[in-house]
Amino acid sequence: MIPPMNEPNPIRSNVPEFSVSDLAFSLKRTLEENYSRVRVRGELSRVSIPASGHMYSSLKDDQAVIDAVCWKGSLSKLSIRPEEGLEVICTGRITTYPARSNYQLVIETMELAGEGALLKMLEERKKKLAAEGLFAPERKKPLPFLPDHIGVVTSPTGAVIRDILHRLNDRFPRRVTVWPVMVQGEGAEIQITAAIDGFNTLPESQRPDVLIVARGGGSLEDLMPFNAESVVHAAANSQIPLISAVGHETDTTLIDYAADLRAPTPTGAAEMAVPVRLNLIAQISDNEKRLFSSLNRLLSENRHRLEALSAKLGDPAHLLEIQTQRLDRITEKMSGLFGKYLARKENALTHHGAALRPPKHLISEGNQRLTRWSETLETTAKKNVHQQKVRLESLSGMLELLSFENVLQRGFVVIENKDGKPVTNPDSLTQGQQITLRFKEKKTRTATINGTENQGSLF
Amino acid sequence: MGQANPVENLSFETALEELETIVRSLESGQAPLEDSIKAYERGTLLKDHCAKKLREAQAKIEKIAVAKDGSITTQPLDPEE
Repeated sequence: MIPPMNEPNPIRSNVPEFSVSDLAFSLKRTLEENYSRVRVRGELSRVSIPASGHMYSSLKDDQAVIDAVCWKGSLSKLSIRPEEGLEVICTGRITTYPARSNYQLVIETMELAGEGALLKMLEERKKKLAAEGLFAPERKKPLPFLPDHIGVVTSPTGAVIRDILHRLNDRFPRRVTVWPVMVQGEGAEIQITAAIDGFNTLPESQRPDVLIVARGGGSLEDLMPFNAESVVHAAANSQIPLISAVGHETDTTLIDYAADLRAPTPTGAAEMAVPVRLNLIAQISDNEKRLFSSLNRLLSENRHRLEALSAKLGDPAHLLEIQTQRLDRITEKMSGLFGKYLARKENALTHHGAALRPPKHLISEGNQRLTRWSETLETTAKKNVHQQKVRLESLSGMLELLSFENVLQRGFVVIENKDGKPVTNPDSLTQGQQITLRFKEKKTRTATINGTENQGSLF
Repeated sequence: MGQANPVENLSFETALEELETIVRSLESGQAPLEDSIKAYERGTLLKDHCAKKLREAQAKIEKIAVAKDGSITTQPLDPEE
């Protein structure tokens, strides 16, 4: 142990003497060994993060101040962003810097101290994210009515996933893909962000139609990953409609503002994700019945209307009666006219008929004329025949007198050539020609022409 | 009525909405008989389509496994474990 230094010591010689370095390094050892892990609560002040990426600050309360540093590597892993005036609980170790002999707290983790401080920080973060437009109502996407495939971002074990799956099964069993994540503690927000982004980048066949991001109830600190900016961004940017269901109904995390729909509980998220299958079946069957009965009613109404109209239409025979009557009247009128026409024509006919003599009369008249003329013809003919006969007889007698036979009787001869034709011209006879001499009573002699012209010698 | 959209391509929700529209219109009895019969036929198709979608109620539970190289596979998940 180091002796108290400011206590008066009467025996100076007994006091060991240190060099400055010895003391400084001894102090460094003492501090670093005894304060190798401390939790300090205080308010952050004089926060600065120069280009080196390390954070320099101090922690203070109403009476004291301790310098603090957070190296770049630790700073990036902090669950909160150090800000001036923030009430925090830091975990780390004490180191000193012998050249200056001041000590500082090297911060390894930092959390918000007290709910009030945490809520204040969340309120500010919410304002900032809202200003980025992440919670805008126009970003909200409608949920599919009946998703085929549901993606769940949550812990693969525990009540939450079981509750969701049970409720889904009760309502409408669906394909469910769980993206297992840590839902609290360091690294949880990274996993949750990666899961939301991951579902969105799956190939279409594997991509769910709706996402549920869920966690059971817990302390404000436990729910902090769902307040992380990266998670809120991922939820707001999700192309798949997203339901948040984090904690109990009274807990609100920032992802709830970015989600398309906030469910009070994981079970509630399952209820929002799918309709109740049995209700739908009932609804379809109800619609089917209504469809059928309404068409039936329509048909029967139409049938009744038709029947009523046909009744009003009456017996077609009545219609015919009227028309028959009309027809009769017209026919009557027409036959009257026709009768007149006929009478007129008949008159004309009678008139002309009177002028017309009966063919019988004409025939008998003709007959009489014929008889008369035949008699005339007969007597005339007889007379003619007799006259001709008388004439013929006289002519025959004359002919008898004039016949060459009579001439032959009187001693004349007819000379005929070999063809039996009479030769009237002696010039037609040639020397040596045969001729026939015809005498009376058809006696003939043959002779040959001898001698020449003019001095012909017969025989 | 009068949509040429084949019933098979409709989502459950769209088919259900159209079915209800048809039922309401038939119940009002305003449409001409011929249209009503056509509407009834389409209503029947929509009903069958919806009923088919409701029959497809098969749960399949999987979980994502991300390998070290970042590749993603799915494997069955037993939530009761």
